[in-house]
Amino acid sequence: MGILVKDKTVVVPGEVLADDLGFVPGHGTYRQNQKILASRLGLVNIEGKVIKTIPLAGRYLPKRNDVVIGRVMDILVSGWRVDINSPYTAVLSSKETPEFIEKNEDLTRYFDLDDHVVAKITNVTSQNLVDLTVRDQGLRKIRGGRIISVNTHKVPRIIGKKGSMVTMIKQATNCRIIVGQNGWIWIDGEPDKENIAVQAIKKIENESHLSGLTERIKEFLEKETGIKVEIEDKGDYNGLQ
Amino acid sequence: MKTKVIIMVYNKRIDGRGFDELRPIEAKAGVIKNADGSAYFKMGKTIAYAAVYGPREMFPKFQQDPKKGVLRCNYNMMPFSGAGERVRPGPSRRSKEISMVTEKALLPVIDLNDYPNAVVDVFIELPQTDAGSRCCGINAAAIALADAGIPMKDLIAAVAVGRADGQIIVDLNYEEEHLHEFIEVESKEVADIPVAMIPSTNEITLLQMDGIISKEDFMNAINKVKGAIQKISEIQRNALKDKYGESIENGESIYNGESIYNDSDDRTE
Repeated sequence: MGILVKDKTVVVPGEVLADDLGFVPGHGTYRQNQKILASRLGLVNIEGKVIKTIPLAGRYLPKRNDVVIGRVMDILVSGWRVDINSPYTAVLSSKETPEFIEKNEDLTRYFDLDDHVVAKITNVTSQNLVDLTVRDQGLRKIRGGRIISVNTHKVPRIIGKKGSMVTMIKQATNCRIIVGQNGWIWIDGEPDKENIAVQAIKKIENESHLSGLTERIKEFLEKETGIKVEIEDKGDYNGLQ
Repeated sequence: MKTKVIIMVYNKRIDGRGFDELRPIEAKAGVIKNADGSAYFKMGKTIAYAAVYGPREMFPKFQQDPKKGVLRCNYNMMPFSGAGERVRPGPSRRSKEISMVTEKALLPVIDLNDYPNAVVDVFIELPQTDAGSRCCGINAAAIALADAGIPMKDLIAAVAVGRADGQIIVDLNYEEEHLHEFIEVESKEVADIPVAMIPSTNEITLLQMDGIISKEDFMNAINKVKGAIQKISEIQRNALKDKYGESIENGESIYNGESIYNDSDDRTE
């Protein structure tokens, strides 16, 4: 029988994707007798013999080495509890800050309630207890600007290949942008330019499944800002800068 | 309300449907902006809204399950929703039971192993009810759970079957549940059997019954319900695809009306 759905179409849980033992069920799919069925709402992706679905909805599940933007929600005995837009909260230990913090020191001097931080996930346990650090290049407290929230599953498209997309937006709007893997994005620049950046990100989020995305975003940015932008390949991208 | 019509056998349904025909159905996904997933499901005069929140942290903490996430359903009939008397607001014996059976009907297909200590909350609200409200609620909840991106094997579909005046009928409405009040009948006994199934395997996840029915009639009824389940399942799938489908054709916004902004949008220090 073979494959029963077209590549890159929306499938719903329980939909039969293939009826052939020659295919392998990947993420978001499962096998039932001969058939492969979808187990999540998403877009089908067929790569050779592997059929998987790319989720369209769902919350962020923390992963090691992800750079995320978090909000300090509580101050603990020796650290901070951080909301990372996920079912699970993270803990930023006072030992994970760049400066040495004395015992019994007032932790609000470093991060107060409702402060936002760019942090990296150092560890995720099987019970999804999350540890953070701000002891790396570019990790810090956020001052000024605005934070918007997007669908976590669209974050890779907003960043683009090796950061090409976000670099393009930065170039055109002259804003500082940090994209957290958890779907929170920090934008800081001139108010008008910030708005253009927000619109561009919204556009990416809505149209990420259509081809020629980079070109369309480039056109949009050039029209809105009047600045000529180039799509550049910056080499290794670590989610910051 | 009591219009007595003299029909000796129930050979034609009050609303003119075929015996295994469903009431008109309307389904929509993503109708509640602030929920992680939501759905609207209408069967005849019964309307259900379902909203899914989470996975999110479970409170009270003692109810957490360290092995896998928990599904928590809440069925609620709005005070003005009934066909007759005002429904007293708040949880009742009936609504608590229905919440529980809804949860048990949905759970077999849902995979929450990735979400230990978390909870997925499902709120089912019924602004208008006729009959078959638990089935309608389950149908809405299944769409809403898929819309929220919860991993699940299939979309549960539910419908009631029964026997009124010797005739096996699918998707009973209020008149048929109280048939002898509306028409002259030979026997007053009405059996009402809500059934929920996994459409891909025809496994039953909910089976309740009110009334009396013979074994043969019961088996007939269960066989009849399978076709209806497939039809409902198809409508549920289309509802989910409609939310994305169109936007994929013409490049319109995927998240209709859903704001991408945080509640604390402009944050400056």
